[in-house]
Amino acid sequence: MSRTLFEKLWDAHVVRQPEDQPTLLYIDLHLVHEVTSPQAFEGLRVANRRVRRPDLTVATADHNVPTTDRSLPIADPIGARQIDTLRQNCKDFGIQLFDIDSPEQGIVHVIGPELGLTQPGLTIVCGDSHTSTHGAFGTLAFGIGTSEVEHVLATQCLPQNKPRTMLVEVSGSLPDGVTAKDLALGIIGQLGTAGGTGHVIEYAGEAVRSLSMEGRMTLCNMSIEAGARAGMIAPDETTYAYLQGRRFAPKGEAWTKALSYWQTLRSDSDANFDRTIRIDAAALEPHVTWGTSPGMVVPVSGCVPDPAASVSDADRRASERALEYMALTPLTKIQDIEIDRVFIGSCTNARIEDLRAAARVVKGYRTRSSVSAMVVPGSQAVKRAAEAEGLDRIFLDSGFEWREAGCSMCLGMNADTLQPGERCASTSNRNFEGRQGRGGRTHLVSPMMAAAAAITGHFTDVRAWEFK
Amino acid sequence: MKPFRTHTGMVVPLDRANVDTDQIIPKQFLKRIERTGFGEFLFYDWRFEPDGRLNLSFGLNQPRYRGASILVTGKNFGCGSSREHAPWALADYGFRAILAPSFADIFANNCMKNGLLPVTLPEDVVATIIERASASQSYELTVDLEARRVTDDSGLSASFVIDDFQRNCLMEGLDDIGLTMLHEADIAAYEAQRGSRIL
Repeated sequence: MSRTLFEKLWDAHVVRQPEDQPTLLYIDLHLVHEVTSPQAFEGLRVANRRVRRPDLTVATADHNVPTTDRSLPIADPIGARQIDTLRQNCKDFGIQLFDIDSPEQGIVHVIGPELGLTQPGLTIVCGDSHTSTHGAFGTLAFGIGTSEVEHVLATQCLPQNKPRTMLVEVSGSLPDGVTAKDLALGIIGQLGTAGGTGHVIEYAGEAVRSLSMEGRMTLCNMSIEAGARAGMIAPDETTYAYLQGRRFAPKGEAWTKALSYWQTLRSDSDANFDRTIRIDAAALEPHVTWGTSPGMVVPVSGCVPDPAASVSDADRRASERALEYMALTPLTKIQDIEIDRVFIGSCTNARIEDLRAAARVVKGYRTRSSVSAMVVPGSQAVKRAAEAEGLDRIFLDSGFEWREAGCSMCLGMNADTLQPGERCASTSNRNFEGRQGRGGRTHLVSPMMAAAAAITGHFTDVRAWEFK
Repeated sequence: MKPFRTHTGMVVPLDRANVDTDQIIPKQFLKRIERTGFGEFLFYDWRFEPDGRLNLSFGLNQPRYRGASILVTGKNFGCGSSREHAPWALADYGFRAILAPSFADIFANNCMKNGLLPVTLPEDVVATIIERASASQSYELTVDLEARRVTDDSGLSASFVIDDFQRNCLMEGLDDIGLTMLHEADIAAYEAQRGSRIL
């Protein structure tokens, strides 16, 4: 019987499939970070349980770490205690930790792929909703809560009900200046923030095949913003080329063997999906969110919508509320919206390719004097690679701050936050009320769009940018 | 986990769609390493003014809703981050059930691990409940998990769907890690055939 990529991954991980009960699914890789794990380890201790497979568990500190000088002690005592707790837990339970001073430290969804831990065919979980990122490699990867973190630590398994499948087929090719981020925002704009609920999305089509691994990760990362727990892309030559030679990737004979398995990981041509969405990449523009949910998004040539034109009463009230919070007037041109801050970072857009794209825009320009802009690389490895290429100089010379790796102002758990009323062009994934700081106003954009806004002080169509 | 069979309690409405977990429990409260004590920070940015005073225009803060244990709200409740701190905060505040037209997947899962029942009801039923909870003082509902039914004293009676296994876990207050550990032999057998595929 023909199967989708998701079904192949699912079937390969069934430990037990009782009738009238969830399937017991095996987890190949468990990524752990400081914020959603302490209570899980505590639960193990209380029940006198061990970590079943510390060798399949990898930890890093990313969510609350400062992005300033790492040689200084952490100023926030509660944040420091959480990182100390992770350290102690990893020591007590024998888990490999890429600590704050490690050259491999970084956002968990950036370092997994970078280290070659993320490989096609795996099931990967992490106590973080953006675990969907790893699906870019043809893995079944999804975010879990702390109780489930404890469950996986104790058993290396999770009871799961089988989700439905959705195919997002993107034909054509993305125009210059239109990136994977714009594609992701365009898809969410079409699907809505709950359109993917209960589904696993597979992205396919010419435009998806043409994306680099970085672009594919951006696309899969945002699946959760459409409500889907997981997004995935079948592995191909681009995937294998990215993985070969990475630290934890298979070597020699093991590589050859892995490759022959990976090549089977694609949806059969006549496989059935519960739902199919088709997108024309050529018709896409750079996108900018205007509201407080990622689905509140329009092309850069557009305007802030008028709530009066909403299809339902509930939508109208949600739009009015969002506009009030965002301090925006209906029908304002997107390109007339002025910004105060720029954040280039996060598990969505802080990989080397993202920094290259942003640097290309800012090169030879100065940031607008009223704008405060920062770049937070996704990992220490990304930071080193960018510095080796001189990207840090380009950013610093144009007026950006250049920080240490972490989640930073994507969620503002550390000191990197917006002040009340500040408006930010951000390459992150959520524009929720207060996400980047209480009263802060977030507009989600691509790295190129964020870079252009830093220079001009307002949203600017990067398709017409004069590169220097 | 605290078992859930049937619960009767006062209903408080939160008539908003897409309430995300950043709203339910803002990030500055995620640094605690305990499971308890999150209730006082529930909906923090909505319940409190920037200077820390109580925002009395926010429903939950109104004296008439004091002691409410059932929240009724809009679609896609709990979207966003996987933080289990969100159901911890709701449960710690005193909620036993949440009624909405739809829930985000991870959030709904997290609730059920904490004895907090997410009840999915048709949009018109939710609208009726919001209306009644807004109009009358101390509007109460009964959520009967065994019968899979929500009822009030004014004739409302709506059934809801919940997975048998999850229903049973909630009703018995089962430790699902313990249940999985009963299948150690199956897990070991899977691992044996799986080999050293990675790492």
